[in-house]
Amino acid sequence: MIVGSTTSSDAVRLVTPTMLLLWLVLATVPLWIARIGLYPYLGIEILIWALYALAFNLVLGTAGLPSFGHGAYFGIGAYAFGLCQFDIVANLWICLAAAALAAGVAGAIVALFISHRRGIYYAFMTIAFGQIFWTLSIKSHRVTGGEDGLLKIRRLPADFGVVSFDLTDNVAFYYFVLAVFAVGIVVLWRLVHSPYGRVIAAIKQSEVRAAHLGYNVWLYKASVFTLSAALSGFAGGLFAMAQLAAFPDVMSLHQSGYVVMMTLVGGGLVSFWGPVIGVLLFLTARDVIGAFTNAWMLYFGLLFMAIVLFRPEGIAGAIAAAMQQHSLNALRRRGSSAMRLLFGGGR
Amino acid sequence: MSMIEAAGVHVRFGDRVVLESVDLAVAEGEFHGVMGPNGAGKTTFFNVLTGRVKPDRGSIRLGGEDVTGLSPHRIAAKGIARSFQIMTLFDEFSARDNVMMGLPAFRARGLDMIRAAAGDRSLLDQASGALAAVGLADKADVRAKDLSYGDRRALEIAVALAQAPRVLCLDEPTSGLGSDGVQRLATLVAQLKGKLTIVAIEHDMEFLFSLADRISVIHWGQVVARGTPQELQRNEWVRRSNLGKFA
Ligand SMILES: Nc1ncnc2c1ncn2[C@@H]1O[C@H](COP(=O)(O)OP(=O)(O)OP(=O)(O)O)[C@@H](O)[C@H]1O
Ligand SMILES: [Mg+2]
Repeated sequence: MIVGSTTSSDAVRLVTPTMLLLWLVLATVPLWIARIGLYPYLGIEILIWALYALAFNLVLGTAGLPSFGHGAYFGIGAYAFGLCQFDIVANLWICLAAAALAAGVAGAIVALFISHRRGIYYAFMTIAFGQIFWTLSIKSHRVTGGEDGLLKIRRLPADFGVVSFDLTDNVAFYYFVLAVFAVGIVVLWRLVHSPYGRVIAAIKQSEVRAAHLGYNVWLYKASVFTLSAALSGFAGGLFAMAQLAAFPDVMSLHQSGYVVMMTLVGGGLVSFWGPVIGVLLFLTARDVIGAFTNAWMLYFGLLFMAIVLFRPEGIAGAIAAAMQQHSLNALRRRGSSAMRLLFGGGR
Repeated sequence: MSMIEAAGVHVRFGDRVVLESVDLAVAEGEFHGVMGPNGAGKTTFFNVLTGRVKPDRGSIRLGGEDVTGLSPHRIAAKGIARSFQIMTLFDEFSARDNVMMGLPAFRARGLDMIRAAAGDRSLLDQASGALAAVGLADKADVRAKDLSYGDRRALEIAVALAQAPRVLCLDEPTSGLGSDGVQRLATLVAQLKGKLTIVAIEHDMEFLFSLADRISVIHWGQVVARGTPQELQRNEWVRRSNLGKFA
């Protein structure tokens, strides 16, 4: 939970039961995904976008800051990954680090300009900066390939010194992304439940109060935006590997809106897992509904509206509410049977 | 030497002068009351003391150190805590977590991104201590927004106490409380008296006159009267406004 209690038992864990279960299920995906008419590449996309959405949700859900131009950092990461392997060194780790670094630097620059703002002004500024980066990516033909994109990006091998894994095959790459995703989950879980994460969540609730308790609100807002941008860029680097290219369209306002939609639909405002649920739903819907009709976005848009109207806390929120109701009922049942035991009979 | 000292504080919003050469010196351990009609500039004065509003002129010294114009988080870190006239708790957090945020030891770890916020026993114990001090020990796990109004007021005090401040600024702590709540608060403040330097804005005259060492009356942005409750009782302004009857 984003704003749970510091004292819940999962908050202190490195790895929670939910994580283990999720990883286990995800590890089996290549075994059956083809049998339900889908394909491993979808799994890769889902994991990468889930990582991106989790990074994005640090800003939207944890800090409560409306960033609507986050695609810029995802895209910068993708370009940086490609440019690094072309112009610097074709090493997976260095190029992924370059992706995170480039996006982090871009994020830090933007953070300098927006971190004293909040609400609608903050949102506007993030859109404006997002548009600037998007335009730059289209116009800087010589660097980014313009609208044609940066092509021929390779899936560099995952070199661990003693062993090296070739990632050109989609299943191998899937497992690599899953491993990275698992590490990302652990890192983000720790971050959200660390003192830093708690301060961010406090700032979301009242900047004024946080400041008067001695927290440098500007610094926290700027740093969380930068971190989120860096991690989005990291995911962007993976995306470049997946696509074997980097294109400007992920940086558009349009696609920046997707990650917002995924996060909100999934329930990122109330749950750590919201963005993962949202991405899973969004991309699966794209492929499943998209197989029948080109207008799949229409249906997803309707779903989005329904959720905003009836379940503003998203799917994760609905699940949490249902589970709470369930355990409440169980408690009641147990309570009343205890009563019967104690008083022989009952009311 | 005064613990907190404001000298010649001047604040203007646009062309409206809200504070005009306000002086205030509060000795260590003193309980200093501030009263005055609505819109007199009392909260604005607190905003100057705590860094929210930068004065156009004048200075603020804390324990002799000039803190004029420092940002709120700097001033808070130097030891001025405040409660708010309009409550602004972290509503989604439990009472314990609200208090935890106030602990200087927690603040010092604020940039720690790895260890669990809940991992530190001593922080939890300190938080429990502050909650117990205001009678909220058994409500530590209740979310702030689910607490009763009186408990929320008490929680605000607990957070301020958790900060282990040198100066505690309370902005109308009794507002909205029933007589039981006021009594509970008065008992609590009486316990703190002498241990902490307190400046309290208050409309409840009975509360203020029974607890304060000295009181300043602010009217139209100026200090129009100042003295012990006994002295103020004889003051022309206080008499005219019929506020001194409790002294
Ligand atoms: N940020 C601001 N900008 C403009 N005017 C302000 C601002 N803050 C306060 N004021 C004005 O300054 C005056 C003093 O306000 P202040 O809140 O200090 O009064 P107060 O003595 O605390 O009153 P109350 O007893 O109602 O709380 C009011 O007229 C208020 O409208
Ligand atoms: Mg006021």
